[in-house]
Amino acid sequence: MTLTTAAQAAYIVAALLFILSLAGLSKHETARSGVVLGISGMVVALAATVVLAADGSGALAVTLLVVAMAIGAAVGLWRARIVEMTAMPELIAVLHSFVGLAAVLVGWNGFLQVELGGAEGGAESGGVAGTLLGIHHAEVSIGVFIGALTFTGSVVAFLKLSARIDAKPLMLPGKNLLNLGALAAFAALTVVFVASPGLGTLVALTVVALLLGWHLVASIGGGDMPVVVSMLNSYSGWAAAASGFLLDNNLLIVTGALVGSSGAYLSYVMCQAMNRSFLSVIAGGFGIEAGPAGDRDYGEHREITAIDTAGLLKEAKSVVITPGYGMAVAQAQYPVADLTRKLRERGVEVRFGIHPVAGRLPGHMNVLLAEAKVPYDIVLEMDEINDDFATTSVVLVIGANDTVNPAAVEDPDSPIAGMPVLRVWEADNVVVFKRSMATGYAGVQNPLFFRHNTGMLFGDARQRVEDIVAAL
Amino acid sequence: MSHSAQRLGVVAESAPGETRVAATPATVPQLVSLGYEVVVESGAGLRSGFTDDAYARAGARIGDREEAWGADVVLKVNAPAADEIAAPRDGATLVSLIGPAANPGLVDALARRPITVLAMDAVPRVSRAQSLDVLSSMANIAGYRAVIEAAHAFGRLFTGQVTAAGKIPPAKVLVAGAGVAGLAAIATAASLGAVVRATDPRPEVAEQVRSLGAEFVDVGVAQESSADGYARQTSLDYDRRAAEMYAEQAADVDIVVTTALIPGRPAPRLLTSEHVALMRPGSVIVDMAAAQGGNVEGTRPGEVVVTANGVTIIGYTDLAGRLPAQASQLYGTNVVNLMKLLTPGEDGRLTLDFDDVVQRAMTVVRDGEKTWPPPPVPVTAAPAPAAAPERAAAPPAAGGPPPPPGRRRHLVTAAVAAVLFVLTAFSPSALMEHFTVFVLSIVVGFYVIGNVHHALHTPLMSITNAISGIIVVGALLQIGQGGAVVAVLSFVAILLASINIVGGFAVTRRMLGMFTRS
Repeated sequence: MTLTTAAQAAYIVAALLFILSLAGLSKHETARSGVVLGISGMVVALAATVVLAADGSGALAVTLLVVAMAIGAAVGLWRARIVEMTAMPELIAVLHSFVGLAAVLVGWNGFLQVELGGAEGGAESGGVAGTLLGIHHAEVSIGVFIGALTFTGSVVAFLKLSARIDAKPLMLPGKNLLNLGALAAFAALTVVFVASPGLGTLVALTVVALLLGWHLVASIGGGDMPVVVSMLNSYSGWAAAASGFLLDNNLLIVTGALVGSSGAYLSYVMCQAMNRSFLSVIAGGFGIEAGPAGDRDYGEHREITAIDTAGLLKEAKSVVITPGYGMAVAQAQYPVADLTRKLRERGVEVRFGIHPVAGRLPGHMNVLLAEAKVPYDIVLEMDEINDDFATTSVVLVIGANDTVNPAAVEDPDSPIAGMPVLRVWEADNVVVFKRSMATGYAGVQNPLFFRHNTGMLFGDARQRVEDIVAAL
Repeated sequence: MSHSAQRLGVVAESAPGETRVAATPATVPQLVSLGYEVVVESGAGLRSGFTDDAYARAGARIGDREEAWGADVVLKVNAPAADEIAAPRDGATLVSLIGPAANPGLVDALARRPITVLAMDAVPRVSRAQSLDVLSSMANIAGYRAVIEAAHAFGRLFTGQVTAAGKIPPAKVLVAGAGVAGLAAIATAASLGAVVRATDPRPEVAEQVRSLGAEFVDVGVAQESSADGYARQTSLDYDRRAAEMYAEQAADVDIVVTTALIPGRPAPRLLTSEHVALMRPGSVIVDMAAAQGGNVEGTRPGEVVVTANGVTIIGYTDLAGRLPAQASQLYGTNVVNLMKLLTPGEDGRLTLDFDDVVQRAMTVVRDGEKTWPPPPVPVTAAPAPAAAPERAAAPPAAGGPPPPPGRRRHLVTAAVAAVLFVLTAFSPSALMEHFTVFVLSIVVGFYVIGNVHHALHTPLMSITNAISGIIVVGALLQIGQGGAVVAVLSFVAILLASINIVGGFAVTRRMLGMFTRS
């Protein structure tokens, strides 16, 4: 057993632990042990790598390494402690950008080591020669490209999610051509780079990728963020996998592929939930230009007060709450949980119906409700609850709009036609919490608001829910 | 709302033998809640077992014949008789079964009056109109009743038993046509314990037939799937094979229920007198298509005939009406659903919206103007058609059939495999091992993630975030292996990736700690 074979063995163990960790996350009961498995895998992998790295480098390098890890760990712990659950999408986007940037840096290093004569060094990364040099350079360019794309894409996603820039999609003329052009430029630059590696080419390639990442995400609107975030998750995985090819490291390849396919699968699920084509989402920006289909007269909406809503809830046998991004924005999850407890104590059956794309992150609503201590077994998916609306007394729509729009089912001309939605309108009474009569993200008018069994409760969702709790 | 509510009139049926009524004490309150005033003709519900008192308690007013017919909206079951066409007042709306395709003369006569007529039997087969589809709701109970009638006429038990007095074999039932009526007949016969077989030219209904515990008898000739929810005419080849199949089955089964109807055409002939002659004495045939000419040679509409070889052929045309309370309740609910559609404001004002395909298709006369036939409606409902036709002129196949979805998937898989093959075959052997690992990991990842519970997607993302920080391994190995620039870049990379690893795991733990069960 040499140090290298020991490290390889550790890597295999770590890769298996990662797979088991993800498998553990499939159920609530095993999720926590899944995290423990993931941490163990990471510890094994890091220990092996640090020993391996320390073996071939000087004291300075080891010091730097330990300092960097310590700072990173401290920052990471600090952020994880203080992050608000409503701000999870932002945190996840930032973390994606870190992976992307790290992949770019690793790629650059891979180039610099070879070019600047570091090739005589370690067994893992150096020693590239002869016919393999071309492949090595191709790997560098692919790794840097995916990493840079992930980096700027995630930065834009972060900025949009934290409302530091406008969430509206950027509409450059000929955006598809721009994307295709960037891909073509990448291909050309890769060929040039492989033929005659140069710093200038690598810089140009990095810039192209950075711009492409920026543009891809900038042209996607805020409501499609669940797809974007899971897509970037996928990209960050592929970036890690590309680095694995570059560094000849199977652990990176396995882990990157796991994360990559995980993100891709989640994006696919999200796309299905919005009835959109996976490809058009990846290509950045899709048919949102279709505005409201004419100024149709939907009739008048009816307002309802918090007191009257409380009255409805007192009489109700069964209540379903369908939250959306608006609940997160208004931080209304705590009063909602409070309301849920009160109603359950009164013997009212309360359940939650979660649309797959509610919020800005897959599963976002579940996390918010869990934070407010809503038991997870009354939080149901769309398919589990959709048939029960007809026998429900009251539905509270809190900050959701497009995901409860009957036009998706009934109006074949609607821009969201065919998207699966929560059929809340089948219930006896629907109360919609909304700040104003403005349209939802998709810019589509919602006929639900004008139904005879719908009451509109205007104002800040948090305030209104608190009013209802008080009235009960 | 200052205007006065419109009045709905529920009239007594005049057709001989009709037992149904267009509203019941259970549906009246729903009509009232739509804002209407409801007048029920005295005695209208008696034959369905609903007294005037029951209607009055439900919120209706009991009136005489003139009052009910003089309402703004007249609700009825059967098409109006010749002397009833003049009964509604000018500007009124009449809702009833019309059969516009089969009775063009009636439609023309109605169009000479300044009234609006909605045909309950002209509902297009779109999913959202299912709740007002009378053909389906009546076919369902008729199918049930057909089996009950057969059991009544059949001299033996349906279910097989072994008793001290000897063994009783189960009855064998063949249901021809697996539409709504056919499926109801299958379910009823199966629940009585019979051995049930069913046949239908549409191969896609086989699954529904089996789900009810019956055996699907396949004619063995491919028939095109239905595009409009109703069965089509069959090909000559199909008909020849079907005739052979019926001959075989007729000799074997005890009960035959035929349900084959094609909209706007005479019923297809399924069993000839030769087939009937093959059946054992004591066997029973219920021909549910008797009113449209019958699926069986020798059927007489509305009558029961016994053939020379002792086979009973039941040709009742009022099977649904033989369950009057149930039929009225379902018809009444269909009417309520129609009125909901026509009263968007719940203000007791009927508003006809011709932009709505359902309302457009049902309206055969508007204000004295004939609006039949309506423009064709693209239909969404393929499964469970109201009536299961058995044959008709084969439509010429337009172009080649599209490749089935399975085949397309195979093509895509093959293409991906080919690309992968070329890519790998041309890459140097050093990459080979990595490719293997890479591809297998993707597959593993896909299956592992596919099982993750929806509610755990956010923790899943944060943990994948943490483990994608594994890229730190690359930077760790590089930090001591180059010049100062490499060291600096590696330092930054290690720092960032460490944030990811620690932050990702920590936040995942925090989130999972929140999930609690009640």
